[in-house]
Amino acid sequence: MSAEIAARNLTVSYQAVDGRGLHALGPINFTIQPGEFVSFVGPSGSGKSTLIRVVAGLVNPTEGGVWLDETPVTAPSPRVALMFQEANLLPWRTVTDNIALPLELAGVAKKERTAAALALLPRLGLDCPTSYPAELSGGMAQRVALGRVLIQKPDVLLLDEPFGALDALTRERLSQDLIHMWEHDRQTVMMVTHDIHEAVMLSDRIIVLSRRPGQVIADIRVSIPRPRAQEDAYSTAFGDIALLVRSAIERA
Amino acid sequence: MQAVKNLQSVQMRPRKPAFRRAWLSWIGIVSVIALWQIVVWLRVYPEFIIPPPISVVERFWEALADGTLWLHTSTTVSQMLAGLLFGVVSAVILGTLIGKSRALEALLSPLIVAVQSTPVVAYAPLLVIWFGSGPTSKIVTSALIVFFPMLLNTMIGIRSVPVMMHDLMRSLHATRWQTFRMVEVPYALPVLLGGLKVSATLAVIGAVVGEFVMADAGLGRLINQARFSFDTPLVLVAVITLAAIARFMYGMISVLERRLLFWQRRQ
Ligand SMILES: Nc1ncnc2c1ncn2[C@@H]1O[C@H](COP(=O)(O)OP(=O)(O)OP(=O)(O)O)[C@@H](O)[C@H]1O
Ligand SMILES: [Mg+2]
Repeated sequence: MSAEIAARNLTVSYQAVDGRGLHALGPINFTIQPGEFVSFVGPSGSGKSTLIRVVAGLVNPTEGGVWLDETPVTAPSPRVALMFQEANLLPWRTVTDNIALPLELAGVAKKERTAAALALLPRLGLDCPTSYPAELSGGMAQRVALGRVLIQKPDVLLLDEPFGALDALTRERLSQDLIHMWEHDRQTVMMVTHDIHEAVMLSDRIIVLSRRPGQVIADIRVSIPRPRAQEDAYSTAFGDIALLVRSAIERA
Repeated sequence: MQAVKNLQSVQMRPRKPAFRRAWLSWIGIVSVIALWQIVVWLRVYPEFIIPPPISVVERFWEALADGTLWLHTSTTVSQMLAGLLFGVVSAVILGTLIGKSRALEALLSPLIVAVQSTPVVAYAPLLVIWFGSGPTSKIVTSALIVFFPMLLNTMIGIRSVPVMMHDLMRSLHATRWQTFRMVEVPYALPVLLGGLKVSATLAVIGAVVGEFVMADAGLGRLINQARFSFDTPLVLVAVITLAAIARFMYGMISVLERRLLFWQRRQ
């Protein structure tokens, strides 16, 4: 299952500390097709996290809005799951209990939710169901966070720099695993990243935002066939797209 | 993230073997007693000012045998525990409310700071006038002295939850009660238990200060009584008993801490 996401005339202003409005985002317009993998890149402070938070229903737009299959987003939706740069695990819960948290909050019985979490572990490449977060490496912690997202069986994945805190190698492996899972489930994905290579490697489309207030300055289709391999990064098509994204960001 | 980093640094600190640390703390106590004995031998002070350790031990057995020590100790301990209970419970409830409401904080903080910066000895006599010379005035003194550090720690603890954690819980449709129970309380626990350690020893001080002002029984009263009859060994017996009570409470809470915060030190 997946969903269409549409932003129309979306604008967000924050109340700054001195009481004045801070125009953080928009107005922006875009439509993401069901099952599409779209990356958002742009300078720091261009409102990427803000955009993610609006789609997640955590921030209310000042003007315009976001529609999920033509239903306006006004609050967090069970169809949407969120992942951040930090794993945000609860340190006193085991890996299994952290993954099962969304089901626990939804009132699913202990036996069922533990079984669901355990069933996810092989797909996540985790073999430490009873470990605590303090015992995990950054990459493993992020895998647990991904598990907590997947157990919700979401139609939409919102990923805010999900691999931003990891080293290059771990990051590459995790993003490969993510793309394999996505090729299987085909959720609609909105991912924020600062890594052009990663964006080109994973996405169907890359949307470049300008500096604050963020507006769409480029919408680039990545027409490299899937499944993609690491070697594709050395193809001319890949290089051309990466260059296009880079020059758009430099204009931002 | 910061919390996790702290956890890791706790884990990686090399640990001395436990038995060696236990030895060291005994060496400290034994050397103080040895020094005490030497001062007595040198006759620097007359015996009614610094009695020899052995006469303190004899006085201890005597007071234990005739029941005075037990009477006064049980009085102080029960007042202290009651004060600790009331102080901690009310501070945790109010601290949680203040921790969640900036408006309530603005309303109450001047009051709290004013009362907190007044030394106990200053308001203890007032409490005896209001609540009488019985246990109530000591319980109130004890509860008051425990209240402020506990209130502060509860506020800090409740606010230590990262914003991202709140976002996560909101995106998962957690109810306020679920967020409180599953995130805020456990996040606050390390700071809360730290506060409880301080509070437990403060509660002893509160009860004794109350007893010093006026009391029917209690170790504070025993000290006063013994002092006026120049029974210095008995004064020392009472003082050492108080120290032992405070140390015991501290130890109990440390055990509780290790139990509840197992996830901080797991290897
Ligand atoms: N809660 C808030 N209150 C006030 N201003 C905010 C708030 N959140 C973000 N901002 C401001 O809005 C702007 C956009 O922030 P946002 O976090 O969306 O940027 P970003 O593109 O995610 O940046 P980065 O790449 O550094 O993560 C920034 O100027 C930021 O200071
Ligand atoms: Mg951001």
